Amino acid sequence: MNWPAVTAIYKYEMARTLRTMFQSIVSPVISTSLYFIVFGSAIGSRIAEIDGISYGAFLVPGLIMLTLLTQSVSNASFGIFFPKFTGTIYELLSAPISPMEIVLGYVGAAATKSLVLGLIILATAGLFVPLEVQHPFWMMAFLVLTAVSFCLLGFIIGIVAKNFEQLQIVPLLIITPLVFLGGSFYSISMLPPFWQTVTLFNPVVYLVSGFRWSFYGISDVPVLASVIAISLFLAVSLGVIWWIFRTGYRLKA
Amino acid sequence: MTSLISISNLTKTYEGGFTALNGVNLEVERGEILALLGPNGAGKTTMIAVVCGIVNPTSGRVTVGGFDIVDDYRRTRSMIGLVPQELTTDAFETVWSTVSLSRGMFGKRPNPSYLEKVLKSLSLWDKKDSELRTLSGGMKRRVLIAKALSHEPEVLFLDEPTAGVDVELRKSMWAVVEELRQQGTTIILTTHYIEEAEAIADRIAVINRGEIILVEEKSRLMQKLGKKKLTLDLQEPLEAIPAGLSEFDLTLTEAGMRLVYSYDGTAERTGITRLMSSLTENGVRFRDLQTEQSSLEDIFVELVGEDA
Repeated sequence: MNWPAVTAIYKYEMARTLRTMFQSIVSPVISTSLYFIVFGSAIGSRIAEIDGISYGAFLVPGLIMLTLLTQSVSNASFGIFFPKFTGTIYELLSAPISPMEIVLGYVGAAATKSLVLGLIILATAGLFVPLEVQHPFWMMAFLVLTAVSFCLLGFIIGIVAKNFEQLQIVPLLIITPLVFLGGSFYSISMLPPFWQTVTLFNPVVYLVSGFRWSFYGISDVPVLASVIAISLFLAVSLGVIWWIFRTGYRLKA
Repeated sequence: MTSLISISNLTKTYEGGFTALNGVNLEVERGEILALLGPNGAGKTTMIAVVCGIVNPTSGRVTVGGFDIVDDYRRTRSMIGLVPQELTTDAFETVWSTVSLSRGMFGKRPNPSYLEKVLKSLSLWDKKDSELRTLSGGMKRRVLIAKALSHEPEVLFLDEPTAGVDVELRKSMWAVVEELRQQGTTIILTTHYIEEAEAIADRIAVINRGEIILVEEKSRLMQKLGKKKLTLDLQEPLEAIPAGLSEFDLTLTEAGMRLVYSYDGTAERTGITRLMSSLTENGVRFRDLQTEQSSLEDIFVELVGEDA
């Protein structure tokens, strides 16, 4: 293992995050706070409890997931896309470093950032609604697994994307709709039966449901299904990355 | 001398069908400066990219220090420092952070005092906290050299290090290269400035259309292909070359004021003594003379011919 390389990349990426502190930490926190004010307090006060939980509190896991997914994808994709764009990727390709080490460095840094962000939003949420976490271990497990999986997805997007537009398309046109339609703001039991079935094809449903269960002990789908879904997603992402490096796809001529 | 880099039958055909390298064979010796000369698109950069692991070869084999570049990529790559042709830098990073990243990526533990030494030798120390985008082109080039040297490589590839660099900086770059050689670093330099190869290389390889068409020690190459010219500035103009001098390869220029004698500088008999006495016999008097060796440029143009 080339540990100096992993740490060097990790530190370099973390330094980039700290340098762009406002964009990477402050702005997601502000936008999440706005969601809490508008949906949680203003509108939420007129919505009845869902499964015995106040709407504001019900929102918390979904909002954390919303930020976690979009930020993981955009941060990890940018981390690898930028060297490709500027051409500095030559160094990564000519370094004595294995694909796994590259992924550890880049995805590790991106996932760390997402995790920190998730925890900051959780703390922010505590200012607006009373919080309870019934299964702290599982909450952290879901947080870590989701952050890692979607950073891996972001990494793939960053490699596949040919330009900035393509880099934005997936988070904008796929991740955001999936999260909004994935039960972040409502329980899927509130949907008509047909749409409930459709929703089950949305992978984000499993993430949000499992994550919400770790908070309040309630879930839309069985917890085991959530764990399997996220593990599957992780495995597929790792497989795709392994294939990319094996073939040199979009990286090497 | 032992080969440090050994390239055999290396071929690279890009997806579009373009063959950039067509059966390249080349041995690079430890401690030498090898200049790789060739016109644009000859395959210089592709060859370097393959050795460094940036481009996958289509066929053929490359070893560095006896290790295969595919099977033993960790060993070979950590021996190599690459200075790319393009000035590619992460605009918003500082000199220090980008150089530290390079050292780490190549598997070396942090060593601030070594990096300090490298930056000082390249006159970059006072810029270590500057963002890369604020640096001039020449400084960026030196940052790329610093990055390549950050992990103490045994071999340094310099891909057109002085393209678009002013004369002063070019000279200082040559001095850096010379210093590295004295420390035992093997250097492969691509260039299409022939004077550059002439000034600093030990050996010269000429590549054209993906094939190495010549590898030769610089001095021997210049000797081998080195035609010499003896230029005589006359005291009085000649209307024509006197008949008594017809056995010599002479041309009359500058309105009859200059005679140029072409001869083979490596031949045992250059014919200069005979020419001198014949000139006296024919009453041709001259006020100055000089000899000049044909430059690498002439050799290069001759080799690459109309393709250049």
